[in-house]
Amino acid sequence: MTGAAVWVTVGAGCAACLGLKLIGAYLPQSWLARESVARVMNLVTVALLAGLLAVQAAGQGQGLAIDSRLAAVGAAAIALWLRAPFIAVVIIAAAVAAALRALGLP
Amino acid sequence: MIPSPAPTGQSAAVRAARRQAVSVAVATGLYGISVGALAVAAGLNIWQTQLLSMVMFTGGSQFALVGVIGAGGLGGAAVASAALLGGRNLLYAVQLGPLLGLRGWRRLLGAHLTIDESTAVALAQPTARPDARRAGFWWAGAGVWVCWNALTLMGTLAGDAMGDPKAWGLDAAAAAAFLGLLWPRLAARRAQATAALAVGIALVTSPWLTPGLPVLASALAALAVGLWPGRAHSGADQEGSP
Repeated sequence: MTGAAVWVTVGAGCAACLGLKLIGAYLPQSWLARESVARVMNLVTVALLAGLLAVQAAGQGQGLAIDSRLAAVGAAAIALWLRAPFIAVVIIAAAVAAALRALGLP
Repeated sequence: MIPSPAPTGQSAAVRAARRQAVSVAVATGLYGISVGALAVAAGLNIWQTQLLSMVMFTGGSQFALVGVIGAGGLGGAAVASAALLGGRNLLYAVQLGPLLGLRGWRRLLGAHLTIDESTAVALAQPTARPDARRAGFWWAGAGVWVCWNALTLMGTLAGDAMGDPKAWGLDAAAAAAFLGLLWPRLAARRAQATAALAVGIALVTSPWLTPGLPVLASALAALAVGLWPGRAHSGADQEGSP
């Protein structure tokens, strides 16, 4: 992506996310407050985060690759299981991947 | 029971809300470091990264936009992922509207500060204390904004100085960040099913679709599970409580 394209993407993303907040604040519509809408929106958040996790952990360009990232995500899951705070989870994952790569793994 | 004067009681509740808001702001701000470092690793410059934290100001969407750009995805897919993840802020704003009762520029500012953390702190205060709920919202929203932006800048500078992001495991850190954002949302059975299906969709479509599109395709998991017949209306919420 060129520098200009990144700027356009960043600007459009900012406008979209801020716009959504403003719509919620200025145009309160009863159907938006419905429980079923809220539930599907919660699941959309879950689905996207899970999709992003999968692609970030195993994606490589247009395809898949198994490397140190998977072990790092496993370590992150254990840290979350042990109720480690968010920043510690991120650092643990980075440290595991960096250590494995220093040992010569992909 | 000894009757206590109302102002003391009110200010005690407000002080409690502020304390909670500040601790949430510091904890949340800390992972602004990771969004800064990851954005630089994905190819954004310091201004673009800071603009995201100042204006987009919603962590999940920032990680998503940066992740799709870093994977070489289309700009449209990056924006769509960020917008879909930011959709929940719209619902928060609807929910908070009557509680905050804002007009004019305060309404604009309140909308901008509507995020997971400010909503959670506001709604965690007693229902009978609207003053504490409002204090929780503003202190958490403004506190997170300040900490988030300061630490994004630190992360950007650190990321810039680090060189090869893979040698530092920053690509794995990005995956762990998504897992960390996902984890607290997995209490309900339906959420677990949605996440599993979404992972499957993303992995199966990855070899066939342009980077960025598999993530959007994974959103279909929410529709599939959300519209699946069953104990849809009561199940999710009840299973969600510990």
